[in-house]
Amino acid sequence: MKTTKQLMKISACLLLIISATSCVHLKEYQKSRLNDSEMALTNRKVEKNELNFQSYREGASGANAGKTGGGCGCN
Amino acid sequence: MKKKFLSVIGFAILCRFQVYSQVKTDTTSLPRPAYTSLYTPIGQDSTNYNPRRLRIDEIDLVSSYYTQTGDHSAVMGGMPGPKGTQNVTDFSNGLNLNLVWLNQANNKNTLSLGLGYDHHSSASAAYVALEGGGKPGGSRFYPSLDWTIENAKTGGTFGIGAYYSGEYNYKSKGIDFHWSTKTNDKSGEFGVKLQGYFDRVTLIYPSELIPPSSATQTGTTVYTTASGVVETLSSTGQVISSSKNTLPTSARTTLTAAFSYSQQINSRLQIMFLGDLVTQSGYLSLPFHRVYFNDNDTSKAKVEKLPSSRFKLPIGFRLNYFLGDNIILRTYYRYYMDNWGTRSNTASIEIPYKVTPFFSVSPFYRYYTQTAAKYYAPYREHSPTDTYYTSNDEYAKFNASFYGVGFRIAPPNGVFGMHNFHELEIRYGHYTQTTDLVSDVVSLSVGFK
Repeated sequence: MKTTKQLMKISACLLLIISATSCVHLKEYQKSRLNDSEMALTNRKVEKNELNFQSYREGASGANAGKTGGGCGCN
Repeated sequence: MKKKFLSVIGFAILCRFQVYSQVKTDTTSLPRPAYTSLYTPIGQDSTNYNPRRLRIDEIDLVSSYYTQTGDHSAVMGGMPGPKGTQNVTDFSNGLNLNLVWLNQANNKNTLSLGLGYDHHSSASAAYVALEGGGKPGGSRFYPSLDWTIENAKTGGTFGIGAYYSGEYNYKSKGIDFHWSTKTNDKSGEFGVKLQGYFDRVTLIYPSELIPPSSATQTGTTVYTTASGVVETLSSTGQVISSSKNTLPTSARTTLTAAFSYSQQINSRLQIMFLGDLVTQSGYLSLPFHRVYFNDNDTSKAKVEKLPSSRFKLPIGFRLNYFLGDNIILRTYYRYYMDNWGTRSNTASIEIPYKVTPFFSVSPFYRYYTQTAAKYYAPYREHSPTDTYYTSNDEYAKFNASFYGVGFRIAPPNGVFGMHNFHELEIRYGHYTQTTDLVSDVVSLSVGFK
């Protein structure tokens, strides 16, 4: 429970920092770092099967652009 | 004056270089997609390259080997010890093929064809038959199809997808619609995905809970195995006839609305907010999961029983930051709640370090914690009067850690000098739960263009 509260506080702080930072209009040539493939706001392709087993072994799923249904994972 | 003069000369030289760079004949043989490139060749194109023509954009292959140990399997109602073995090995392979073409309005069309095949061995599956004589393995086949069209002017997309997954005791069909739109300055993007999964669960019960053998008037015996095969035995025990799985199935439906919003904050930082609304209905238990009760009668196992509806609400965000010139911070957080009483927090961080611009090493750590669902109790702790009951550790209170490292190589001349082989990723992870479940997974991803 304590860990949960700590995580919530950390998340709130992070969101506050982000909110406090004004968005800057970027020109295309200023996006070289953002366009780096490792900066993509998605799961890596190589993570696909990790996400599957986590969704089957844990009670929570979703909000990670992964699957929320389908497949048994019964084993 | 001298400084000004030298500045003008310097500027003129720079301009010369710029002009030269624009008129120099391209000698590379790499194909250049006309719809995204700023490159405009001068002179006649002799390659017969036609951007409208259907072409293969990318082929990805992902393979994983997963191994797991544990000793509280849901099949044996969380019974500790050898009978509760949770040992699993799984070998997964997925192939994804992206085909791209432009339509008359220069909108980009992408057709993704996916094909997956898993083969697993599961020690707990053998204990569907009480003494461990069941089939301890199986395979799963899952093709998918997705079509997406991207507006050339606005960058918005619309698409539809279909999915199928088939294994011995579980069949699933899925369909989705997805749509996204960008902000005017294209620094933000809002996306919606509506998904529906329509599953059928085969009702394979533990061997001691299926109807007993029945004798017929002709002296033969009709016997149903745990896996649903109906065999007719002669009076001497010989199998006269055998029919394939005749067991009934039950429906399970999952409907999801997934929302996302991503925003570029500055030249180094971008974030994404994610939120799903998930509703499930139908048969949400698994028929071969036993539950033992606290009435001291271990011979009276029942089949797991869970409510026929569930609502899930996961919300999360990703935050990626490019630190300096070589280090990237990839972070993720999710809070999850559902109406079965589970609350969960997930936080992860991955730190890719670029050893060179084309080779990176990425250590990662993920922490997960959840509270127990209100229908969960461990082995022999449920009361016989409980309305709903499960001893599946998936619904227990536990914490989990997952850590490991990944390697990615994507050189401009192709991996191992092969132009079409543009990317190679290898990743290893070690996972531990406080339920004593331990697993390891190693994955390989290769991409061709």
